[in-house]
Formats: sequence, structure tokens, C-alpha cells
Amino acid sequence: MKLSIPRFWREKAAHYRLIGTRCKSCGRISYPPKPLCPYCGSRETEEAELPRRGRVLSYTVIYTVPDGFRKYAPLVLGLIELENGVRVVAPLTDVMPEEVRTGMGVEAVLRRVQEDGEHGVIYYGVKFRPTMEY
Amino acid sequence: MPRPEVKTGIVGWGAYVPRYRLKAEEVVRIWGFEKSMPQNLFIVEKAVGGPDEDALTIGWEAARNALRRAQVDPAEIKAVFFGTESKPYAVKPSATVIAEALGITPATMASDLEFACRAGSEGLRASIGLVASGMMKYAMAIGSDTAQANPGDVLEFTASSGGAAFIVGPREESAAYFEGSYTYVTDTPDFWRREISPYPLHGEGFTGEPAYFHHIISAVKGLFEELGLGPDDFDYAVFHQPNGKFPLRVGRKLGFPKEKIMPGLVTPWIGNTYNGSAFIGLAKVLDQAKPGERILVAPFGSGAGSDAYSLVVTDKVEEKKPLAPTVEDYIRRKAYIDYALYSRFRGIIRRITV
Repeated sequence: MKLSIPRFWREKAAHYRLIGTRCKSCGRISYPPKPLCPYCGSRETEEAELPRRGRVLSYTVIYTVPDGFRKYAPLVLGLIELENGVRVVAPLTDVMPEEVRTGMGVEAVLRRVQEDGEHGVIYYGVKFRPTMEY
Repeated sequence: MPRPEVKTGIVGWGAYVPRYRLKAEEVVRIWGFEKSMPQNLFIVEKAVGGPDEDALTIGWEAARNALRRAQVDPAEIKAVFFGTESKPYAVKPSATVIAEALGITPATMASDLEFACRAGSEGLRASIGLVASGMMKYAMAIGSDTAQANPGDVLEFTASSGGAAFIVGPREESAAYFEGSYTYVTDTPDFWRREISPYPLHGEGFTGEPAYFHHIISAVKGLFEELGLGPDDFDYAVFHQPNGKFPLRVGRKLGFPKEKIMPGLVTPWIGNTYNGSAFIGLAKVLDQAKPGERILVAPFGSGAGSDAYSLVVTDKVEEKKPLAPTVEDYIRRKAYIDYALYSRFRGIIRRITV
């Protein structure tokens, strides 16, 4: 499954740094970033960096994975509520399916998300792993 | 004239070690080594990067921890040096991805450096020069690897994944300032990897005395001579750590007791992280050092060369320590895997893709 290189490049701020959009009209935040507010329809949006910590609201485990994802299998996908209440869907990492719990604290890290085969581009992006307390 | 290094110091340090561990006894079991091998090398277990980790992602997390401790605007960092011998791309810099992901781009230098295990250290020395000269206020040096070893080679006991990063800045903002630095390099065929080779080879007879010991000892003695210091003047000594034994032995040859080396020794529990090796050791020492203490650091890279640095810890170290996870936090965070999962995670099992 090949990604579009130009599209990934356009969206790299969202993939690398959890940058979403804040609606200047209603104030709500969207992730991934959107040019048009999905809540009030306003076209006036600005970049907003999201908090990197949150908790797992729900998750699913994918054992029959798309082409190119066998090395990461099984895939654990989480619905995560960030500290500011924004919800994002993202892969979980550094965790086995039997270790995932609803409500567990997670934090955003940068990881390999996908590769275009052995010779193509490597795509990096945000994944969430269990929060490291220190 | 005062040495230019004294104007600079480490304003932020950070390390990262992946979660997974492979016990040395697994390598014994799979490849038919003598059971005494791990003890002879002083290696208990090694850190293994997960399937979505590489030198870039490891470097990113170490750099992020360094930024947390430095508490500087990322855009003020004007150089990112990424030292590795396991870069994800042969051509396409990892330093730019890390810089972009940390908000350092676009007004910055960024490059990947290669000198076996001391590439990151070359970046550190260059950072000192750039900051001391006034060309920039902050520069970052990262050392990170997912170290390769031919399966069944003795290197496989230790070759591991991890990294550390340092932000160099003005002395008055530093947790530890540099007193001096000294580099010693020669052409020595002790260890290499050709462009198309997945695993490195080592030149029998060259890896110990003519390479590791000769270069580290020469760099450290060069530094001692320039600064008028000796082993008694230092509270800690951190050397490159290809296994658990070599740093203790080179320390003994230079007059350092074991007690000054153990605080920065990490390889027995996480393996040799190549470019991360001495860097993680330094990060671990900064995690516990007290103001006024003096640290000797001497990374080594095959090919071969070594840098020796003298650092003096300042009062600022205490406020910076709790701002990011310590090396010990990462060492304690672990999940054991067997050789099969390790092989899959590190790409030793080759699949064809269609």
C-alpha cells in the first residue's frame, strides 16, 4: 500500500508534531488539521500544537494487516483523549495487545509508521506508548 | 589565553533506550557459544529496538529529552549533528527529520556524521567550536544506533539499540561546562562495514590494543597534558563501552579505580549502543553528578579515533535532572523477548515483499 509522498510532505507537521487546527470562530480543535472547521463550518482556522499526553478511551487489535504491515503486526489502534479533551485515532506502540487497558495513560512518540517497500520512502509519524513516569 | 571550550557547556542532556531486552544466554543458546561467554564479556542483556524503531526515532527521543532539560526555544538551536552507523537511509539525512519533528527547522545546520561509534562525538566537538566561536548560541549533538552484528558473531552479544543527545550552549546556562577536549585519530583497520554489507566485520588482532586501548589512552593522555590534570582530579570516568570489560580495563591502565567508572557503565545491562555508548554513560553520570564534580568522557570509534573531554558540573545540574526520564528509568523499563522475536524486530528474518 503506497502512500502519496507529496501528501505526506504536506501533512508532516501533523504527523511529526501533533499539529492540529483551532477554529477561530468556535474555538474547537480538529486533528488531523482541517482547512474548514467540521463543527461550525468556518474557514478561519489556525495551527494548534496538541498536548502529547492522554488516555486510551478504546482500542482495537488488527491481526489481518494490510500489505506492508506484517512486520508491525498485530496492530493496536487506539482512540485517545488528549489532556485538552481532543480525541485522536492513532497506533499504539511498545505494548502487546494483552497489556492494553481502557483508561491507560499514553504519550506521543515518533516512530516508523510505514515504508514504501525496501527501496522507497520511510514514513515517520506519531504513535502513542504507555506513559513513562519520572 | 583561555581555551575556547570553557565558554561552553551542556545545557541539556537526554537519553533513550528501547523497551525490549534480549538476554545474553539466548545468544549462547542459539549459536552454541560457551556458557561462560556472557561473563567473559561482562554482558547480561541488551536493548532491542522495536519493529517501528530505528536510529532516527531513537535519536529523536533522546533529543527531545535533551530539549526538555535545556528549556530553550528549539528554533534557537542552529546545528543538529546526528552521529550513527545505522542510518535509515544511505542518502537522505536523518538530522533534518529530527530537526523538523522538534521544531528546530528551517534556520539550522543539520547533517548526519559517520565515524563508526564516535560520529556523535565529532558532532559534540564541532558543537563546542560553533558555540565557542559565537556563530550560534546552541548546537545539538546526537549519538544513536540500532547496532548491527552478524548473527552468530561475538558482536551479537552486545550490539544493541539506544542513543543520547546533548545541547551545547553558553557556560552560564550549563549543567556542566567543558574545560577542554582532545581528539586522536589514525587509519586503523579494526572494524568496518562496506556499503552493501548488512553487517560489520572486524580485523582480528586490531580490535583491542591497537584500536580501542591505544586511541582512548592517547586521547586521554593528550587531554591530561593540555589541562595539567590526572586521574585523581576526576570524580567520574566514562569510556566507550563495546562490552562491560574494556572500559574497566582501559580505566585501570589510565589510573582510574572501578568506583569512578561504574556510575557511567551501562553496556552490561543495555548492550553496546555504538554511537550511544559513551554518550548514554555520560547522561547517566549527569543524572547523578553533584555540582563541582569533574567528569572525564572518552568516546571511541573504529577506524579509529577517540575524543577526550573534561567537564565540570555546575549548580544548574540539580534543577535540570528531574525534567526528563533518567537513564536508570529507561534501564528499568524492560520487557524480555526471545531470539525469534529479536530476529523479527531487527530485520534478521528477511521477507520478500510484493
